[in-house]
Amino acid sequence: MVLKVFFPTCCTSAESGLLVGRWVPEQSSAVVLAVVHFPFIPIQVKELLARVQQAGRVGLAVLGTWCHCRLQEPEEGLGRFLEGLGAIFTHEPWLQLCRERGGSVWSCKALGWPMSPGAPSPAPVMLIFYDQRHVLLSQLHTPATLPDPQAGDAPPSVGGLAAVFDTVARSELLFRSDRFHEGPVQLSHWQSEGIEASILVELAKQASGPTCLMLSFLLSLLSAVGACRLFRLWPLPFICSKLSTCEQARHRLGHLTFLFSPRKAESPVQLMRKVNVFFSLLLDVALGLALLAWLRAENCIGQLADALVPVADCVAEELQHLLQWLMGAPAGLKMNRALDQVLGRFFLYHIHLWISYIHLMSPFVEGILWHVGLSACLGLTVALSLLSDIIALLTFHIYCFYVYGARLYCLKIHGLSSLWRLFRGKKWNVLRQRVDSCSYDLDQLFIGTLLFTILVFLLPTIALYYLVFTLLRLLVVAVQGSLHLLIDLINSLPLYSVGLRLCRPYRLAAGVKFRVLDHEAGKPLRLLMQINPLSYSRVVCTYRLPSCGCRPRLSWSALCRKLFFGELIYPWRQKAGKQD
Amino acid sequence: MEDERVFSDICGGRLALQRRHYSPSCREFCLSCPRLSLRSLTAVTCSVWLAAYALFTLFENSVILSAAIFITLLGLLGYLHFVKIDQETLLIIDSLGIQLTSSYASGKESTTFIEMGKVKDIIINEAIYMQKVIYYLCILLKDPLEPHGISQVVPVFQNAKPRLDCLIEVYRSCQEILAHRKATSTSP
Repeated sequence: MVLKVFFPTCCTSAESGLLVGRWVPEQSSAVVLAVVHFPFIPIQVKELLARVQQAGRVGLAVLGTWCHCRLQEPEEGLGRFLEGLGAIFTHEPWLQLCRERGGSVWSCKALGWPMSPGAPSPAPVMLIFYDQRHVLLSQLHTPATLPDPQAGDAPPSVGGLAAVFDTVARSELLFRSDRFHEGPVQLSHWQSEGIEASILVELAKQASGPTCLMLSFLLSLLSAVGACRLFRLWPLPFICSKLSTCEQARHRLGHLTFLFSPRKAESPVQLMRKVNVFFSLLLDVALGLALLAWLRAENCIGQLADALVPVADCVAEELQHLLQWLMGAPAGLKMNRALDQVLGRFFLYHIHLWISYIHLMSPFVEGILWHVGLSACLGLTVALSLLSDIIALLTFHIYCFYVYGARLYCLKIHGLSSLWRLFRGKKWNVLRQRVDSCSYDLDQLFIGTLLFTILVFLLPTIALYYLVFTLLRLLVVAVQGSLHLLIDLINSLPLYSVGLRLCRPYRLAAGVKFRVLDHEAGKPLRLLMQINPLSYSRVVCTYRLPSCGCRPRLSWSALCRKLFFGELIYPWRQKAGKQD
Repeated sequence: MEDERVFSDICGGRLALQRRHYSPSCREFCLSCPRLSLRSLTAVTCSVWLAAYALFTLFENSVILSAAIFITLLGLLGYLHFVKIDQETLLIIDSLGIQLTSSYASGKESTTFIEMGKVKDIIINEAIYMQKVIYYLCILLKDPLEPHGISQVVPVFQNAKPRLDCLIEVYRSCQEILAHRKATSTSP
């Protein structure tokens, strides 16, 4: 097997010394973590390694020697000295990595490799350069470990290149030591330049504990008020389950309690989720405040309130025109005149009721709208859900028409289907849930056929009313659905993860990619290992927040089937208990 | 060591196969498709603009013309960035893995790296594509739960679709490396 040496790019210009790292025997690869410079005392190097080993639970060792010759010819004495070091730090295999002639030529020898004596003598060596910073900070998203974020806890479970990532992450203590610190052991490795605005970060860390405690206390008070018995009386839970504002407020409350819970996030995935929730909340409130400022600056609320009643009147008038058109001969169709008149008058009476209701409401509209506008400071999503609820309330007459039409149509379709079975001498057996043949009497058949004929001739009239009102209803549902889509988008967008992917692509790693650096015959092959960032679609898939779920998950075919059979469609979620 | 040979894809188009042998344990195969030709680009642009101009004379609305320009520009950008693949590369490194890279015409590269521990074998497979039978190279991945099972089949050179003679060339080289791996992993 080829011996692989993972070498950090930041150590390529380091002075000669010892290679410190971990040997992974299953893959025959050596992960170099740092270079120890001359002069050093061997016992102190061993002590340092033992300390890091204890902290990170990773087996570190001195893997070999590193020789960097800046001069043209390598010194003879140094080479012999480096060979001699192998006697002090025993390791199998003992690596001798050398960079010569101004840094252009690399050579690597592995003494004591391959382990088995029978194998052909000089085994090929591969030098793989990696960026220590990227590998340390990145979070590997392999498809296998995605559903189980705790898989990284057990060291033997990681295999392949994940072992390299794991080794670098576990020996973080090694990277803490400062380059300029005059300690007993001088190391060369990647060094963090400190966090940007670290004073602010520290202050925020100090402040976050008490703030979280206080806010979580307030939130628990709020949820205790919400849970009191007054709100459990009959009509309130029913109304709350139908209003999307309540759903959205509950969703946001859950987010807040999750965010300010005093427990620490256990895994990086959960931490990422917390930050995502925080940024989603922040975006929501910022958009809401912007909306509020815009509404106030333009005095939109007054204009809206003034415009609302004329618009409602206009809609009602259009509906009246539509009904009168339907009561005549719509599109040249000849309808059943008596049924047509009855239905038309019934719906006209409804519109009359509706208009009087709107006029009764008109003095209070401006106040209501103003409070809706104020709710935008709770977040844009709350304001949007309120808007959706207001649309639902303002188009209540359309909903009523739709329900009447759908019920009539449903009745008619069911009657027709059962009479059609009678027509063929069959019937529906309830006990066996199937269609059985049945012999009817003559008068039964006569009455059934008569009813069937009547229903067939009345069907076009009712179907037309149903069609027109269903189209109106679908229009309203489409508007509400698009509002809910927007709300879901704001609710579930993982803003922080997407930003991280945009600005620091190496933080979210899907894997690695290799690039072949130049290769000369007789010298080890040199590869550059880079982080392969996660694609945007996978970032969104992995980190998207659970949405509120007030949308029905209806497929198109199911929707069409429901429409054809006259079953009611709702913009909100049906009770799940019905299916169970 | 590097050489280049010309093959043809399943439709008879020209494909250039570059082979680079970096070392006995590392080989790279690079299949380049022909670049976007000026003729087809001109034809598409002209047809879109002529259609827009016809609509403009019909409706006398200049929005149509600006919309046509935007559609052409965005379409071209999207085509170069997401659809048109110029080069597909297969890099096989002994005891490390197989890397598949496809570079788009805009310079975007999408890379997948498969670790050698997961690779079961590389084979040439037959498939029915439209009305003809084609051959394609694919990598079989091991099932982690079941040692003899196959969890996934990853097709290689999906965009270029080279003919069998080119595939055999690549296949032989890959098999040499895989055989070398098997020989060394079983001996100790």
